[in-house]
Amino acid sequence: MRSQLEGSQAVARTVARCRPQVVSAYPITPQTHIVEAISRLVRTGELEGCEFVNVESEFAACSVAIGASAAGARTYTATASQGLLFMAEALFNASGLGLPIVMTVANRALGAPINIWNDHSDAMAMRDCGWVQLYAGDNQEAVDLHVQAYRLAETLSVPVMVCMDGFVLTHALEPITLPDQDEVDAFLPAFEPRQVLDPDEPVTIGAMVGPEAFTEVRYLSHARQLEALDLIPQVAIEFAQSFGRASGGLLTPYRSEDAETIVLALGSVIGTIADVVDELRDGGASIGAVALKSFRPSPLSELALALGGAKRVIVLERALAAGIGGIVTADVLRALGRADVEVHTVIAGLGGRAITRASLRGMLERAFGGELGELEFLDLNTGVAERELARQREGRRPGPHAEGILRDLGIVAAGPA
Amino acid sequence: MSPSRDRGGSGGPDGARRSPGPYYQTGTFAVGGRLLDEGERAVQADEGRANAITKGHRACQGCGEALGARYALDAAMRATGGRLIAANATGCLEVFTTPYPESSWQLPWIHSLFANAPAVATGVAAALRAKGRSDVRVVGQGGDGGTVDIGLACLSGMFERGDDVLYICYDNQGYMNTGVQRSAATPPAARTATTEPLGEHPGNAFGQGKSAPLIAMAHEIPYVATATVADLRDLEAKVTRAMGLHGPRYVHVLVPCPLGWGSAPAETILIARLATESGLFPVFEALDGRIVGVSTIRRRVPVEEYLRRQRRFAHLFEGDGRPDVVAHLQALADRNIERFRLIAADDGTGDARASGGADARADADIDLLDALAAGERGP
Repeated sequence: MRSQLEGSQAVARTVARCRPQVVSAYPITPQTHIVEAISRLVRTGELEGCEFVNVESEFAACSVAIGASAAGARTYTATASQGLLFMAEALFNASGLGLPIVMTVANRALGAPINIWNDHSDAMAMRDCGWVQLYAGDNQEAVDLHVQAYRLAETLSVPVMVCMDGFVLTHALEPITLPDQDEVDAFLPAFEPRQVLDPDEPVTIGAMVGPEAFTEVRYLSHARQLEALDLIPQVAIEFAQSFGRASGGLLTPYRSEDAETIVLALGSVIGTIADVVDELRDGGASIGAVALKSFRPSPLSELALALGGAKRVIVLERALAAGIGGIVTADVLRALGRADVEVHTVIAGLGGRAITRASLRGMLERAFGGELGELEFLDLNTGVAERELARQREGRRPGPHAEGILRDLGIVAAGPA
Repeated sequence: MSPSRDRGGSGGPDGARRSPGPYYQTGTFAVGGRLLDEGERAVQADEGRANAITKGHRACQGCGEALGARYALDAAMRATGGRLIAANATGCLEVFTTPYPESSWQLPWIHSLFANAPAVATGVAAALRAKGRSDVRVVGQGGDGGTVDIGLACLSGMFERGDDVLYICYDNQGYMNTGVQRSAATPPAARTATTEPLGEHPGNAFGQGKSAPLIAMAHEIPYVATATVADLRDLEAKVTRAMGLHGPRYVHVLVPCPLGWGSAPAETILIARLATESGLFPVFEALDGRIVGVSTIRRRVPVEEYLRRQRRFAHLFEGDGRPDVVAHLQALADRNIERFRLIAADDGTGDARASGGADARADADIDLLDALAAGERGP
């Protein structure tokens, strides 16, 4: 049934229909609505046979999930931002142990400066932690990806993050079709763990492995991700067959087949980009877009196929790797593997800065005119940044630079002076 | 998980109750199983014991932790009929028992990280509850570093939520697995690699550190106990009693480390005995945040007798020595004796068993514990 729902509520209800047996969570904005709603469903009995554990930190949330998953329970948690980083050690551990935990990441910036708004810094920082990372374009996809995530995780015994833009999706009301319970039951067989803590067949899980076999164990983590490359599209097709709508997959092209310029992005910004593509196409430009749905594993051959015909690829990234620039760009360059494509990185939407159609149009028009640099920051106020750099160089204890920038902008408290 | 603090126990198995008779072989520090009736002998004396940690592990000679863990887990295995899962923190115990593909563990066992063993145990317990598996119980365990330092937040969380987990800390008073560094359980004046005997205040500083058992008690959890490998019968009884209760339970076991303490491997039990007989390590039991029983000192010894056997305190006795520091340590021991009533008030010799004073009280309290373990409600 299609109804008007907040993204977080829709995800909570969908996760409940996946019948998790243990949910552990620590509050962090903006994931909080999801776990509040799940705790309510457990209390009301709508979600039966589930233990909801209120923990003292995200580190504990992931650790409880590790114990529960190892004991054979279908397990869920959710987090964002600092919370994801506070889990970091447990994230690597869960993937190293091969535990099929599913987690929502309500993507958000990382401090300092502290900032609660959306970007992809959190998940990108955990790029190499061995979890599959799927990115939702809208709330319907966020909902659908959770059902697919359990199928994927439990088939491969690998943990999966479903990344959805914090606030932009989690707090947005949209018409969403929730998957019916019987449909989910048919799509998701009961969890059959590959390894389980059971007194009838005692196993030792998580023991020390030395150099003689560590490489092989790590390779398995990579091999499982490569298996996921095959399984993700397969699960998406089966999902479409069962639920009657397309969601997920490795990537989704948008009017890009014959395009000379292709914009590649992850997450909800793809909607704005599609609108700009339509406008520019109406004006005769040869442009398209590609939404990357699976960041880990990285679908290199699908990227090569989707981007291969373009003369110019612009990677729009909502995270910054200080000292190099783009993060997703490295994968794109690797996928293209040739020098006759212009590849640009545009860092955009950090800490919740809106990515507007006007800004995107301006940036793309500069690209068409050959003026776009290899690395650019969308809507960067270079004057303010340069003045702060100059103040810092003066060396008379200029103070916190975030404060200096806000004073320069004339912004006091919550708004312009 | 819902708080289980107000749930009754499932009933303690036979053998939890200690005979009030004499255990101590005259003139020695040993507790003699042979002096007891067969039904009252140690779990370890039973050929059918679980051998939860079996032979072949890589612990050092004289390792107190290997000994303590073996007795504790076999007692827990007997109490649960072998329906037990263990979550282990990173540390000596984890490393020396599990060089893959070999494992000493004959029970289902998981190691995740250094700081998260209590949370992993909570997760296992939550999964068992979700699956309706009330027959299987959970134990978490780690060293003092993994428990009182890096793992304290997860431990405190597990306690306050009322999760059905017994957590056992094997306290060897430092980070022995990484080369003997100071932890918050390292005693004052002790030499470690990060508290060297240099300068005016050699060794670990006075006025630092924390008591994890008292922190556990502050959570008002159903059961907290301390024990040492000097009285393994007592350790077994406490673990057995703990497994007869539900909710979060904490047992803190002093386990001397010949490597880190610079003690003779053959003296591990003796040194643990001296730690209790000097008053430096009080052995007690608490229910719901209230101390209900202490092991009284049988033959009081000055702390010097304990300190001199360990090279980590050697700087206190070289040259002119540091009698001021030794006196400071003695004062700490004296404070423990007073605070925990480790010596019967009506008996200046400290031989509580001879007088029957404090020990009779302790026995009465232990009867209360056993009644609770058997599912009866306390006052």
